[in-house]
Amino acid sequence: MIPTLAGRLQTRVFVLATVGAVLTALIVPVLPGTAGPLAQTYRTAYLILLAVAVVGLGWELLYHLVMQFRWDKDWPTLFGLVTMVPEGLVMWFLLDGGLVPGVRGHVAASTFATMFVVVWLGQWLFLHGPMRVLSVTWRLRGGRLL
Amino acid sequence: MRPPGDLTPYLLGASVWDDDRVRDAGIPIYDMPLVSVGGGLGSFTLLDVLRIQGAATASMRVVSSRDAPWQSWEYLTRVSQLPAGERIRSDAGARPDNIWGFPSYAVHEAWRDRSPRLLWQVLTEPILSDFFSPRAQTVFDTVRREADRISYWEMLVKGQVRMVRRRAGGGYFTVLNPPPGTAPTKRVAIRSKYVHLAVGYPGLKFLQDLQEFRETHNDYHRVVNAYEPHEHVYETLKSRPGVVVVRGAGIVASRVLQRLMDDRERHGLQTRIVHVFRTYVTGAHGPHPWMRRKGGDGWAYQAFTLPKSAFGGQLKAQFRKASPERRAALSKAVGGTTTPRLRRWQEQMRRGRSGGWYVPVQAVVDRVEPSPDGRLVSHVRGDDGGRARHVSDFIVDCTGLEADMPEHRVLADLLQHGGARRNGAGRLAVAPSFAVLGAESGDGVLYASGAAAAGNHFPAVDSFLGMQTAALDIAADLARRGFCRRLGPARSVRQWTRWATGRPV
Repeated sequence: MIPTLAGRLQTRVFVLATVGAVLTALIVPVLPGTAGPLAQTYRTAYLILLAVAVVGLGWELLYHLVMQFRWDKDWPTLFGLVTMVPEGLVMWFLLDGGLVPGVRGHVAASTFATMFVVVWLGQWLFLHGPMRVLSVTWRLRGGRLL
Repeated sequence: MRPPGDLTPYLLGASVWDDDRVRDAGIPIYDMPLVSVGGGLGSFTLLDVLRIQGAATASMRVVSSRDAPWQSWEYLTRVSQLPAGERIRSDAGARPDNIWGFPSYAVHEAWRDRSPRLLWQVLTEPILSDFFSPRAQTVFDTVRREADRISYWEMLVKGQVRMVRRRAGGGYFTVLNPPPGTAPTKRVAIRSKYVHLAVGYPGLKFLQDLQEFRETHNDYHRVVNAYEPHEHVYETLKSRPGVVVVRGAGIVASRVLQRLMDDRERHGLQTRIVHVFRTYVTGAHGPHPWMRRKGGDGWAYQAFTLPKSAFGGQLKAQFRKASPERRAALSKAVGGTTTPRLRRWQEQMRRGRSGGWYVPVQAVVDRVEPSPDGRLVSHVRGDDGGRARHVSDFIVDCTGLEADMPEHRVLADLLQHGGARRNGAGRLAVAPSFAVLGAESGDGVLYASGAAAAGNHFPAVDSFLGMQTAALDIAADLARRGFCRRLGPARSVRQWTRWATGRPV
């Protein structure tokens, strides 16, 4: 991918609000390590998704800075995949430390990891296929949708 | 006497033509809403997008002297040592046959060849592997399939375009010479509201000293340009050992070197190669850490013809916003001759250097002369002032200089009569919609894409992805003017599904 900063931010918000939201809806009933009513799990899951989006905007600023050291100003496919690791770890520490607003009680590591990996892989695959079909110009304008 | 249906002195001199004057000259007039002049991949890409956006075959024509849109590109790639089975220098997602770039050529080839290795390559490029690039044959095959799908052949008109002139009352006349014997008149005119020019390179220019040598000694055998057929060089080297001077530091130089080195390995030849770099790059170069391109052993390394973001990312956005002066400065910073740093080529050159049969030198060639024993002597001068002579059996010019724009007849006429003007890079000045500035005619618009539109807001216009970008921007402009439909998400998904299932648009 060859994102611009605006393209990064818009894409991040868009895919989490669409693909992320749908995948969360689908995965929550089968997440491991959950207890209590399903509605409560859904609430927690969407709060985590929101946190991933908000913190993700900060990550995008960092990625944009890192990208400046690349002559091609590109973001290799592999980077889009492996950034899952630091982002997932930071989000887990925030969650484990009770720093994600609105999330009550303990979230099991398996619950978080499953949800995070599924959503991440889903949005990564979406960006490398269906997104290009939905908007022909998306990839030609650095990921901008607006 | 003037043959029937030929241009009159009045028409030749008038920048704007009346219908009556054309008719009086005996030139038949055919009406067509849109005409694309060129018939290469630029024309094909625009018609592909317009067909996807709902334009009918009956409202568009491509005028071309070629039989197929890939013909000219195929010829140039073949003679410059890129046979159909070799990989070109292009991104996996740049598919002239598929405006969505999905699935990419990497996925296409991986599926066709049952090769997970290609998927691994595209997943890990350019970090753990070289950039994936499609085979030239893949491009020919897929473009042929898409041409069939959009009924391209119905829209193709064979002929040599002579000029495009503005029409009194709006629109244009495209004058062409039909193939001999196919029409009763020498010329035919197509009257259209819209014209698209995608005529490719104006032509090739030879290095001055090599051109002088060829003309003075009438020797077109030993001094060759990499973009003209020169198979005899490789064939001769198979029959006896020889020395080849290679000039240039771009992708074609890399390919010619690969051919020479492959032949050397495959046939056990004793070929020696002297590679003359005018600018010898010794390492990473650029003004600051955020603008540093890799380089070494003479070469400036870059995966594609421009930094990748010029095709649709940060650099494209910068160019779009920049003033003409800033664009010129940006072009200077990111332009220049480059070649990809492929592992295979690196290994070959390393073996050549250590074996003493590949000798890269920095020098400017002053002149080339024949030696008494019938060979070639290149008199060179290095940046350090040192002079040297290199005796060789052949010289291959891989510099790929492009001729000036007015060398192309249609473009020259457009500059003289069509109101078009040149930008700072000497090409046609175009608006963001790729409408040629100054060439408007009433409610008619003349668009240009490809090499002729370089030096404007979009640096990568002369590439697969660039031609598609231009086609989409032109089509968006034409949709605003009511020529075709908009390409929203619903149409895009519908049309992609038709593409994927091989159904007509």
